[in-house]
Amino acid sequence: MSAFFRVAWLVVRKDLTIEMRSREMLYTTLFFAVSCVLVFSFGFVREGQPLEGAAAGILWIAIAFAGTLALGRAFERERYNDALRALLLAPVDRPAIFVGKLLGILGLLAAVEMVVVPLVALLFRAPLLQHPVMIMVLLAAGTIGFASVGTLFAAMLARTQTRGVLLPVLLYPVAIPALIAGVSGTLALIQADPNLPIARFWMAFLGFFDTVTLTLALWFFEPVMTE
Amino acid sequence: MTPFDFDRVTVSDVSRAYGRRRALNRVSLSVTSGEIVGLLGPNGAGKSTLLGLLSTLIEPSSGEIRYGDKTAREAGPALRARLGLLAHELQLYPELTARENLEFFAGLYGLSDPPDRAAAALSRAGLVERAADTVQGFSRGMRQRLALERALLHEPKLVLLDEPFTGLDEFSSRALGDRLRQLRADRRVVVLATHDLEAVDGVLDRAVILRDGRVVALGDSGGSLRERYRAGLTGR
Repeated sequence: MSAFFRVAWLVVRKDLTIEMRSREMLYTTLFFAVSCVLVFSFGFVREGQPLEGAAAGILWIAIAFAGTLALGRAFERERYNDALRALLLAPVDRPAIFVGKLLGILGLLAAVEMVVVPLVALLFRAPLLQHPVMIMVLLAAGTIGFASVGTLFAAMLARTQTRGVLLPVLLYPVAIPALIAGVSGTLALIQADPNLPIARFWMAFLGFFDTVTLTLALWFFEPVMTE
Repeated sequence: MTPFDFDRVTVSDVSRAYGRRRALNRVSLSVTSGEIVGLLGPNGAGKSTLLGLLSTLIEPSSGEIRYGDKTAREAGPALRARLGLLAHELQLYPELTARENLEFFAGLYGLSDPPDRAAAALSRAGLVERAADTVQGFSRGMRQRLALERALLHEPKLVLLDEPFTGLDEFSSRALGDRLRQLRADRRVVVLATHDLEAVDGVLDRAVILRDGRVVALGDSGGSLRERYRAGLTGR
């Protein structure tokens, strides 16, 4: 087991090193997420009054769109120069490579959420930080579910010419339950009279969704990577 | 992981299809320790596909490949620890330095003391002075030398090389030839695919000539490599 996480950590560290040098994915993803929120704020905030409940949907749209952008680039570094084959040729558990890539994506999306959550709270006057632990759990669970499905599909499409088009087409239908759960749970927390039992229900749903998607992704990663 | 070793690789009636196109068609050959075998042939002959199959990254559509007495599935991940591949795409991270690339792969292969291994590999590649430079600033020849050392870091038994002489100047080509002879002396199994007949003439022990996915000749009879190659392709 320690060998598994050692390999995952090596992959994360490698991606972090590259990202710290270029900051390409971080800046583009952040910029895209912030732009999303700003554009929506023009549409859904009238005379200083936001549309009720809009903040929940806009938050998760920004995360989903930014996540899709990041996932589209997740295996770009491996695809370039065929480094993916070198990774697959190593005598390691191949799911460990998946976990390493997933952790990198989660780190990137966490950085995006740290900017986007306060921005949405400010522009839409949403009490997102009223229940900080619950909102963090919702964000984490929803992001893990979205990213684990997305990382698997991104890996599958890494060698495909039309991966930019195919990724969202494949990803969104499967990730929709996570996004709906995220939006519904967030809405339950930020409405005038917070509904904590409903929020907890959606958290439990996301826990179940994450368990299923992670298990399936780990199981299918090796077969989809073999030609 | 239980160590795995072998002295022979046997390709038995292997085919590989991509849709309707047969990249390889019922190819059979065997390679043993202590020999350098060249896969020769025109573009599209199936050389890279055969290397991909031998590296276990591609599965055959039919037939089997045995490493010793085991197939890749039977041998498991331990087999991959004994394979080294230098592909046509060099499989390096251009944003990482030469040292970082080598240390990453040394860590991935579970080698003890990755920094020492990387330092030794950089010395063999003649890139010690460029160790801290990112690979994206390297010439093709420098990347080729670094990629070769990356492929040999873990001292693989089966060494697979796809166009290893590409981008190398005369000095580096000769150095690579010496390196291949050293691998042969170390009883490795070396299989290389190339167009560059001049570079490998005098290096190869045997030549397997491919055309349209088939073995058309095993060029181990007399004459220069170019003569054997021409004879193999034309059937004379």
